[in-house]
Amino acid sequence: MSDWIEIGTLNDIPQLGARVVTSDNGNIAVFRTAEDKVFAIKDECPHKQGPLSQGIVHGDRVACPLHDWKIQLDTGTAVAPDEGCAATYPVKMEGNKIMLSLKPNEGCPNQ
Amino acid sequence: MKERLVVIGNGMAGMRTVEELLKLAPDAYEIQVFGEEPYGNYNRIMLSPVLAGEKTIEEIMLNDLKWYEDNNITLLKGKKAVDIDRKARKVIADDGSEVEYDRLLIATGSTPFIIPVPGHELAGVVAFRDIADVDAMLEAAGKYKKAVVIGGGLLGLEAANGLMQQGMSVKVVHIMDTLMERQLDEPAAKMLRTSLEERGMEFLMGAQTASIEGKDRVEKVCFKDGSSVDADIVIMAVGIRPNIALAEKVGIHCERGIVVNDTMQTFDPRVYAVGECVQHRNETYGLVAPLFEMGKVCANHLAKHGIGRYEGSVTSTKLKVTGIDLFSAGDFTGDDTTEELVFQDAASGVYRKIVVQDNKIKGTVMYGDTIDGTWYFDLMRDQTDITDFRSTILFGQAHLGDSGHGDDNRVASMSDTAEICGCNGVCKGDIVSAITEKKLFTLDDVRAHTKASSSCGSCTGLVEALLAHTVGGDYSVAPHLKPICACTDHTHDEVRAVIRDKNFKSIRELQQFMEWKTSDGCPKCRTALNYYMVCQWPETHSADDAQSRFINERAHANIQKDGTYSVIPRMWGGGTTPDELRAIADAAEKFNIKTVHVTGGQRIGLYGLKKEELPVIWKDLNDAGMVSGHAYGKALRTVKTCVGKEWCRFGTQDSTHLGVELEKMTWGSWMPHKFKLAVSGCPRNCAEATIKDFGVVCVDSGYELHVGGNGGIKVRATDFLCAVTTEEEAMEYSAAYIQLYREEAHYLERTAPWIERVGLTHIKENIVDDAENRKQLAERFHYSQQFMQDDPWEARANGAQQHEFNAIKQINA
Ligand SMILES: Cc1cc2nc3c(=O)[nH]c(=O)nc-3n(C[C@H](O)[C@H](O)[C@H](O)COP(=O)(O)OP(=O)(O)OC[C@H]3O[C@@H](n4cnc5c(N)ncnc54)[C@H](O)[C@@H]3O)c2cc1C
Ligand code: SF4
Ligand code: SF4
Repeated sequence: MSDWIEIGTLNDIPQLGARVVTSDNGNIAVFRTAEDKVFAIKDECPHKQGPLSQGIVHGDRVACPLHDWKIQLDTGTAVAPDEGCAATYPVKMEGNKIMLSLKPNEGCPNQ
Repeated sequence: MKERLVVIGNGMAGMRTVEELLKLAPDAYEIQVFGEEPYGNYNRIMLSPVLAGEKTIEEIMLNDLKWYEDNNITLLKGKKAVDIDRKARKVIADDGSEVEYDRLLIATGSTPFIIPVPGHELAGVVAFRDIADVDAMLEAAGKYKKAVVIGGGLLGLEAANGLMQQGMSVKVVHIMDTLMERQLDEPAAKMLRTSLEERGMEFLMGAQTASIEGKDRVEKVCFKDGSSVDADIVIMAVGIRPNIALAEKVGIHCERGIVVNDTMQTFDPRVYAVGECVQHRNETYGLVAPLFEMGKVCANHLAKHGIGRYEGSVTSTKLKVTGIDLFSAGDFTGDDTTEELVFQDAASGVYRKIVVQDNKIKGTVMYGDTIDGTWYFDLMRDQTDITDFRSTILFGQAHLGDSGHGDDNRVASMSDTAEICGCNGVCKGDIVSAITEKKLFTLDDVRAHTKASSSCGSCTGLVEALLAHTVGGDYSVAPHLKPICACTDHTHDEVRAVIRDKNFKSIRELQQFMEWKTSDGCPKCRTALNYYMVCQWPETHSADDAQSRFINERAHANIQKDGTYSVIPRMWGGGTTPDELRAIADAAEKFNIKTVHVTGGQRIGLYGLKKEELPVIWKDLNDAGMVSGHAYGKALRTVKTCVGKEWCRFGTQDSTHLGVELEKMTWGSWMPHKFKLAVSGCPRNCAEATIKDFGVVCVDSGYELHVGGNGGIKVRATDFLCAVTTEEEAMEYSAAYIQLYREEAHYLERTAPWIERVGLTHIKENIVDDAENRKQLAERFHYSQQFMQDDPWEARANGAQQHEFNAIKQINA
């Protein structure tokens, strides 16, 4: 069971941009794509822990600002040839509101 | 139902096209491939090293049978296509089976030409084209001693060398008086012949073969003059002919090759052709680089993207004989209208000739030391004006001052543990094994897999050299004009022209118009496009898209490796005051700054700030009168000065004053890359003005202006632009030069490589020789500056762009 937390509205995040949710368990980056899809990922690149929220969003990917690794927003995995993943978190829209769950999706050990 | 694509010919061009197609549209077709040879797809050009025992067949496979399975491609292995029914749209194989197609790709390559002299069909007469030929040669080498190679061209010499490595004694028969006459001039051909003879190869020059004789298999080769030589095996390597038999038979228009248009379609629009079998704009090709370019275009068309045209290729030649370095490209003979630049050192076996017309390279031949071949080739292909470095061009790129790596370029002799890419710590061994194991052909491939040359890029030349060295041949030759990135086929210059001429002010719309292959680009192209927009439309605020800027420029601070930021306020001309220093000290204490550091650009950096602290510290600095130093941007950075005549006993002019004025004029301007200035008060040059993008050296009579210097990884001293007498002139020249750079350089191109690309003469023509043009350039710069000189820190300290600096939500469990 996940507890949904309202974190803000779609307008709070620029298109092709990101915002950060801070929490005691580390930061979560919340992304908005050109098509208004919203994704939440742990704000740490699997490479050297760069803050993904600061990267350039393109397609369904973000480029880490430190060494340009590309991370897939929907799965949190690094785009080949790089390897690794960042945990993803469930997000959903309720109207214009963005709801986030702090319980990471299964599949990536970097939580 | 999927459309059906049938490919005839399982060779290098055909399969490269399929690979490109799978990248663009993996599910568009059901693909079937006829391959007469009973293997997967292999790297034909590496047959020479296989013959020489330097590589095995397994090592040169490009796509094994599993690849076909994995990609759902049916390989009709060992089947020869013998007929095409174009009405019913089906291909008929030699075993009578039929395969239907919606689109057909012919990639049948070439057939070796066999001189039809009596005896040419005897056992032991072979060509040099495929694995079967190599097997035949290796078998003969195991049993016999004497080999005769007919043909002293590239292929013949590679065959001869291979057989010699296999222990045979080899005679090369050549009809002309010099070897490789189509690729080499006489001096180079002589040097080649001498070094091959030293290795034990024998030559019969000017010899015309009359017949081949023998009972069950060859025994000797006889010549028109009545002489003869003994032979256990004869290799015919006298040329290739496009393999057009099948196309001709079914009425597809052929001349020397199958005639295709710029989208690789034959006269039957359902039928495409690529590779050596093709004749395009009256040219046929026998090297892989052009075939790969064709493949790219053809795949693009098959995927129905419909962009990209093949417009022909410029090719170059290398000989793959270990220990012999030879390079040739273009027209190396010349005529009355051309000049020759020649360097020859017989003792050390080095020869270089460059044929020049109107100060542009038409062709080149190199022997012995070919490391600069790629450079000359690039200069030739881009038709670069070489006036500025003509006097040293023969000594190579290392002499230009920009190469930095000079001798390191001898990649062949480097050890496997030698570090190639300093940024990413990639060694030669890593790169070579990635190239061979993952079958990489292009610089982009190597970057993606190893990261080498993907950061600062200064090792690109080395990586390219490694690529050429490892895969041999001409794989690394980049397409004509380099596209911005993989999202598009368009070049920097093309994109800028469209932004300007078609009035584009939105990246998205531009990408749609120019048919970008990705939905919204990538960091590489978006940042470039954004700069081009900002440069073209300074007055249009909305043309600047924050999300298409790298984080540093978006946050107006430099991100550090731990995700914190640095803050560096501007210090005009390197000067400061007690008040400013006090304010900096206070801020450092207030924000608990651990590192306070004096930068190389004469100012003070504060390190380790959290992002949300930025607007707060900026407010404090603003209150003390300080503004952003743009130390984070592709922008005007600093103007370094010395104290000049105000204090220094050698000073000739007020260098500090000029420096401050220059910084007041230029601060805030966005550039293709970072941009640094300096003003020194006398030729002792304490401000190091001769390694800056724009440097002023004061002299008694006025100001010497210097351009294109760089103090980074590749140190480059400036070129002298001109001397002026007043401060006002120095300011105008500087503004004009900056604007020229802003308008013409490619994004992320510093002034040093820019000047080397366009030539100093071009800069002088625009800035020095043409006063009117200089004035206009300067005016355009001043116009743009009106909109740029708002302190970005102030706006943000007062609440702008808050979403950039604050968390959307803070959750405390
Ligand atoms: C020994 C050697 C060294 C070379 N060195 C270099 C070099 O250093 N640099 C360089 O750039 N180039 C080099 N080349 C040239 C390069 O290999 C060719 O340009 C390239 O392979 C041509 O590709 P292609 O696809 O057009 O033809 P191919 O690779 O020859 O492929 C054509 C394929 O089609 C098959 N085929 C033909 N007709 C039919 C049919 N009717 N049905 C079914 N299958 C059919 C053939 O069996 C063949 O496998 C070299 C070539 C050789 C032989
Ligand atoms: S070396 Fe860079 S530092 Fe340097 S070159 Fe390669 S990518 Fe980098
Ligand atoms: S450059 Fe000349 S004027 Fe300036 S400090 Fe040095 S010696 Fe003095």
